[in-house]
Amino acid sequence: MDKLLTPGGGKTELLLGNEAIVRGALEAGLAFATCYPGTPSSEVPDTLYRLRKAEPDQAQYYFEYSTNEKVAMECAAGAAVAGLRTLVTMKHVGINVAADPLMTLAYTGVNGGMVILSADDPSLFSSQNEQDNRFYARLSGLPMLEPSSPSELKEATKYAFALSEQLTVPVMLRTTTRVNHAREAVKFAKLPKAKTQVEFKKDPFRFVTVPAVSRQLHLRLLKVYEQAQAVSEASELNQVIGKGKLGVITSGVAANYVFDALNDLDAVGKVKVLKLGLTWPLPEKMILKFLKSCDKVLVVEELEPLMENAARALAQENGVKVKIAGKGPKLFSRAYEFNPRLVRDVIGHHFGFKYKATKALDLADQPALPGRPPTLCPGCPHRATYYAVKEVVGTSAIHPTDIGCYTLGMLPPISMADFVICMGSSVSSSGGFARATGQKVVSFIGDSTFFHSGITGLVNAVHNNHNFTLVILDNGTTAMTGHQPHPGVDTEKIGDPTTHIDIEGVVRSLGVTHITTIKPLKVKASVEAIKAAVEYEGVSVVISQELCPLFARRVAPKSRKPFEVRLDKCQGHLDCVKKVACPAMFVEDGKARINPLQCIGCALCAQICPENAILPVKAEA
Amino acid sequence: MQTQRIVNVGVGGQGNLLASNLLGQAALDAGLPVVVSEIHGMAQRGGVVESAVIIGEAKSPIVSDAEADIIVSFEPVETLRILNKAHKGTLIITNTRPLPPFTVAIGQAAYPAPEDSLAYIRRKVKNVISFDGQALAEQAKNPLSLNMVMLGALFAAGNLPVPVKSIKKMIKANSKERFVAANLQAFDLGFAAAGGGN
Repeated sequence: MDKLLTPGGGKTELLLGNEAIVRGALEAGLAFATCYPGTPSSEVPDTLYRLRKAEPDQAQYYFEYSTNEKVAMECAAGAAVAGLRTLVTMKHVGINVAADPLMTLAYTGVNGGMVILSADDPSLFSSQNEQDNRFYARLSGLPMLEPSSPSELKEATKYAFALSEQLTVPVMLRTTTRVNHAREAVKFAKLPKAKTQVEFKKDPFRFVTVPAVSRQLHLRLLKVYEQAQAVSEASELNQVIGKGKLGVITSGVAANYVFDALNDLDAVGKVKVLKLGLTWPLPEKMILKFLKSCDKVLVVEELEPLMENAARALAQENGVKVKIAGKGPKLFSRAYEFNPRLVRDVIGHHFGFKYKATKALDLADQPALPGRPPTLCPGCPHRATYYAVKEVVGTSAIHPTDIGCYTLGMLPPISMADFVICMGSSVSSSGGFARATGQKVVSFIGDSTFFHSGITGLVNAVHNNHNFTLVILDNGTTAMTGHQPHPGVDTEKIGDPTTHIDIEGVVRSLGVTHITTIKPLKVKASVEAIKAAVEYEGVSVVISQELCPLFARRVAPKSRKPFEVRLDKCQGHLDCVKKVACPAMFVEDGKARINPLQCIGCALCAQICPENAILPVKAEA
Repeated sequence: MQTQRIVNVGVGGQGNLLASNLLGQAALDAGLPVVVSEIHGMAQRGGVVESAVIIGEAKSPIVSDAEADIIVSFEPVETLRILNKAHKGTLIITNTRPLPPFTVAIGQAAYPAPEDSLAYIRRKVKNVISFDGQALAEQAKNPLSLNMVMLGALFAAGNLPVPVKSIKKMIKANSKERFVAANLQAFDLGFAAAGGGN
């Protein structure tokens, strides 16, 4: 049995933060879970999916990968309003997509406990922005928990379900990459028997948000907020640790840096820490009492100065003269994540504690290092599609693109990404670019992203007679985030009881008349099909269909037949290397070479070579 | 106890995250407080992968610049790139077998000669252990066992509070049956290469 399904309590395991969320949810009797995957949240749904599939008798909850975050939120809302304990997970920007249901679900509230995971990504390790989703608690009025470590995360998740039922509204669980992707010893408690079916009791004056109802529901939410504030004041998740006239207010992962800094600075006993775990509503009385007991307060929070501003307002309102600092020059930045040294430096400087830190090496004389940006894998079909499109339009066309592995097409030598802001923006922005410039527009979107939020943009393009070519890069999976299924996945390949939706059928039904499906690794035919699509006046769609090789290796393994460069034929034009930059290729003595351990035999380079010098590796004699 | 901050760095696919995870599990097995951190997602498509293991009472899951006690690098250029995490007392254990990035393959950038890189590192840091770990992985008949080789070297030279038997237990528990022997051999070869006796 998987360790996460251990029915008894008492065991301690090293868990990833995201696994700790799963265990916490199971310990709370999780009945229903939905998601759209996205770093740093993905291991939560992936673990739930894996457990459900491998051990359905132990993992009795319902789980789905939803089409997008809004759908995930609404599907989860149905289950939670009906009365089940429900978890919905997404990355921070996913909450933007789900913000519409979120804001009014806060009005109706839920019957079963509902926990919404918002996994934020300060420093943008794998995201398009580093927005601070603590704002969403303030915007929606929903309570928010902000645990600091995997062990706290397990407890917080479990508690969030109970809190949600106590307050009858969803609870937001806000994490950051360094909590999601840290591993720590986590102690297990017993797993209860989950209640997985309920009967829905109709209550239209609570759940049907026509204006007359919602006017009352807003008052209901404000009342819930007051109750939540009382909970926050009394919660053990909010606590003062240590003593002294100097104070630090902190939450989330930053709390760890604070405690380590105080140890290093030998400041334990001189600085006390107000550590907040239930960060919305803020425990205002507690904060006020803390401010009154300090001469100087430093607020240590990543990204926006939310607690800092709240503390300043409280001090002003109550005539407390304490000096409050947080963001600013020589203090903390509003950009990027913190680290232990940074927090130690600022605390030390601000409060006047000396510390002899290790000196950084002088690396000014370091030789130039070759960059190692992430890149498309050897044999990735996206590379072939990009090659074919460039053969047709050169470098003059505008390429709105989207979010997935193929965003890596921005790097040279492909250099075919001109605009990306969010999921689905490739399709919708194409119309704007085409109308505004009259230039050729060829945009790119992945299959999962197409289902997520590309379809409505395509409807708009057809309806408004836009003029561009959309290339749907259909690699049969959600590759970037770890090969999760989506509506277009061949469900037979992965043995899921879900239904496969055909992309070409969808596109045709939307009224697109010029549609071609290509096999990108057949270069000549692909170039011809793309040429015809680009020449077409109006909206044309090219579906470039080839399984992600990493996914194929798992679901449809084939023997790998690597290629090699025949050095007697190679004239050293290096077209192969310059145009496609496959990581399996390298240059030696002016000629292209192929690393046979990396080459998967996609034959793209073989079709590009003007000398036909690239051929399958000869079988050993 | 003294906190030990270990940074593992390598290239996507070299098994660096697993090495950190196993070390974390071994520390837990030995009853030591430990935090491991890793970066997933975009970073893994052939890019640089970094993880950290912090053994001791510290709560922070990451290691700041100039504060690594030990750096274990799976690739020589990445050793240079991660030097910002080192100070002059840092122990550096590095594989010497280059894995050139595609920027080198396409002639956009040059790959510094491994011996020059090593000489540079030795000028900056006192304690450097270097060897061709990939050769040892191949000798152990599992080319993908570089992470085990590097773990072996770390256990030989790192003065860790974690006993070898704990890490071996975790290697056995987390390797596929047919790789157990090769992985343990890879660990032993790395252990010997870094000066560990029996």
